[in-house]
Amino acid sequence: MAYLDHAATTPMLPEAVEALTAHLSVTGNASSLHASGRRARRTVEEARETLAEALGARPSEVVLTSGGTEADNLAVKGLYWARRDADPARTRVLASPVEHHAVLDAVHWLGEHEGATVEYLPVDAYGRVRPETLREAIARDPGDVALATVMWANNEIGTIMPVRELADVAAEFDVPLHADAVQAFGQLPVDFAASGLAAMTVSGHKIGGPYGIGALLLGREYAPVPVLHGGGQERHVRSGTLDVPAVASFAVAGRLAAEQREWFAREIGALRDDLVEAVRAAVPDAILGGDPTPGGRLPANAHFTFPGCEGDSLLLLLDAQGIECSTGSACTAGVAQPSHVLLATGTDPDLARGTLRFSLGHTSTEADVEALAKAIGPAVERARAAGLS
Amino acid sequence: MTDTPQRTRPLRVLAAMSGGVDSAVAAARAAEAGHDVTGVHLALSANPQSFRTGARGCCTIEDSRDARRAADVIGIPFYVWDLADRFREDVVEDFVAEYEAGRTPNPCLRCNEKIKFAALLDKALALGFDAVCTGHYAQVILREDGTRELHRASDMAKDQSYVLGVLDDRQLAHAMFPLGDTVTTKDEIRAEAERRGLAVAKKPDSHDICFIADGDTQGFLAKRLGKAEGDIVDEAGNRLGTHEGAYGYTIGQRKGLRIGTPAPDGKPRYVLDISPVDNTVTVGPAEALDVDALSAVKPRWCGTAPTGPGTYTAQLRAHGGETEVRAELVDGTLEVTFTEPVRGVAPGQAIVLYDGTRVVGSATIASTKRATAGAA
Repeated sequence: MAYLDHAATTPMLPEAVEALTAHLSVTGNASSLHASGRRARRTVEEARETLAEALGARPSEVVLTSGGTEADNLAVKGLYWARRDADPARTRVLASPVEHHAVLDAVHWLGEHEGATVEYLPVDAYGRVRPETLREAIARDPGDVALATVMWANNEIGTIMPVRELADVAAEFDVPLHADAVQAFGQLPVDFAASGLAAMTVSGHKIGGPYGIGALLLGREYAPVPVLHGGGQERHVRSGTLDVPAVASFAVAGRLAAEQREWFAREIGALRDDLVEAVRAAVPDAILGGDPTPGGRLPANAHFTFPGCEGDSLLLLLDAQGIECSTGSACTAGVAQPSHVLLATGTDPDLARGTLRFSLGHTSTEADVEALAKAIGPAVERARAAGLS
Repeated sequence: MTDTPQRTRPLRVLAAMSGGVDSAVAAARAAEAGHDVTGVHLALSANPQSFRTGARGCCTIEDSRDARRAADVIGIPFYVWDLADRFREDVVEDFVAEYEAGRTPNPCLRCNEKIKFAALLDKALALGFDAVCTGHYAQVILREDGTRELHRASDMAKDQSYVLGVLDDRQLAHAMFPLGDTVTTKDEIRAEAERRGLAVAKKPDSHDICFIADGDTQGFLAKRLGKAEGDIVDEAGNRLGTHEGAYGYTIGQRKGLRIGTPAPDGKPRYVLDISPVDNTVTVGPAEALDVDALSAVKPRWCGTAPTGPGTYTAQLRAHGGETEVRAELVDGTLEVTFTEPVRGVAPGQAIVLYDGTRVVGSATIASTKRATAGAA
């Protein structure tokens, strides 16, 4: 089997599995005041410190959540509500159109139900927001901007955003900038303090940690209105009893992701380059999505459009041979649709239906790439015969 | 393509899984027979329900889930394919246009002809599958000379060969109906599903028309075509009442006419004719529904077209009985005369001709000749 869908989820690191299972049999609510509670709390706080170090943040800036989606919702909705409450004029939300649905749909919801004016920042053909684009959008009326949100790196086409420059622009106008760094963590140097961001989302299962755990890195001066109300955990920003084993395991994965990042970028990046070459050799008219320059995209991401093919057909054919990858976005019933990311970059909708994302990870091998190299040519030929339905 | 579903060697089979019990058991039987089965649920209803960018909500999320769970239990790969655009064009729009023209279409038949055994089959074959498997009750029999015949299901009460009568040789060559050759009541199919651990065993039967979820065809048509008030008249042209759209009526319909005054003889009245041109519905006594001949267009043959006139049994609607006819192809139109007059024949429906249990072919009823009066 060739698992080429690490951007969806990647195998847990053995060390993370060990940390998770070790803590599963330990009793203790991290909010309790007795010895068991203090022991659980100590595990959580040590994990928080580990994560803070791995991400260039202070421990108090790590707000633990149930995952990336919750962290994105907390940042987008929470900061919007807080900023609007402080000044009713601030109702404009600036977002890139290539965001993950966890941001995109949250932003859209604010527009539908909370009186927000949502403005999508134009992107170039690689799906990148230019700093001057953000400047222009804010400068039109700096007083009415609630927040801006631009992902660190795109989950579909792998394009890296100029986060530092974007944060500088936002800072000039005192506008908080949030970035979804779910795909960037472990692949790019992600340093919260150096980034200048107000808030940043990370997730456990994308870096070899467990499912159901993530964090919002949140500058100390920001107090978003909570999405979840309750016991007041996590700076009163995110209530709920903490999942101590998952937190401990997430921290182990986070530390390893930071430690192994350079190795990952070098080795997995080289493997990705091989994969791109192999696909191009087998299918000369395949179009590489996103920024083609190695420094401009995630080292583990390869994204292709295969003209005349339905992504669904390709996925089925590769899946039947044990090669697992993804087409793009999917709805709850599992129906694949042309990717909003591709459409935002100006790709023709028919062309956008024929996309596949191959994403590598820490367990990827040359054999995975070889299996794909062998299978992709015939699969594309066959999918082309089936055409676009 | 020389592979045929009837051979015993394992085939690559694409099982269309609606989320209902029949198609789930059909897929399970195909897999059990040793075929390499892949399940696919067709998302047929485009229903942009949420704000979710780029996503198309489906009204079939529950059906899709049921199909997926059945595939899990059977142990086969499963995908959802979006054929909503094709379905809307070829089935739903056709359905509306037919009613608008005063005819009574059969959308299931159209779906088999244009979607399941056309769009889906073509895609399946191109992707390397040998056959499409469905939960229909009908039999494909391979003869020694290599040709195929479509037959009624072993269990006449369950038979669905009528809605498959539009399939031609090539389509039949790649069709697999694992439920067709066993005499099974619905209870037995449900029991089999239960035995196989399929949760759909207890799922209620679906409505006749899948894209009209609440079963209110009148309401659906009214929404699509708008209200168009017109007269309900008797055979002499006397105005008896009004209707809100002639398209809402079917020849032979008795209920829902809402005529205040009873017929002079006190007998029930039926829809005899629908005239979209002057938006009039004509009603009259049951005897006036008797038809002794019809003309049908767009004939399709399961095998070679008959060369001369022949005697067949015919079925005129999905759950109708059999009747003896003489049929002949005249300049591409099927001219049919009934041995005994039949009642309530609606243009737009298919006539399917049988020789014993074998499906000979089908055509779309265009006009009928009344036993008592002129043509309808």
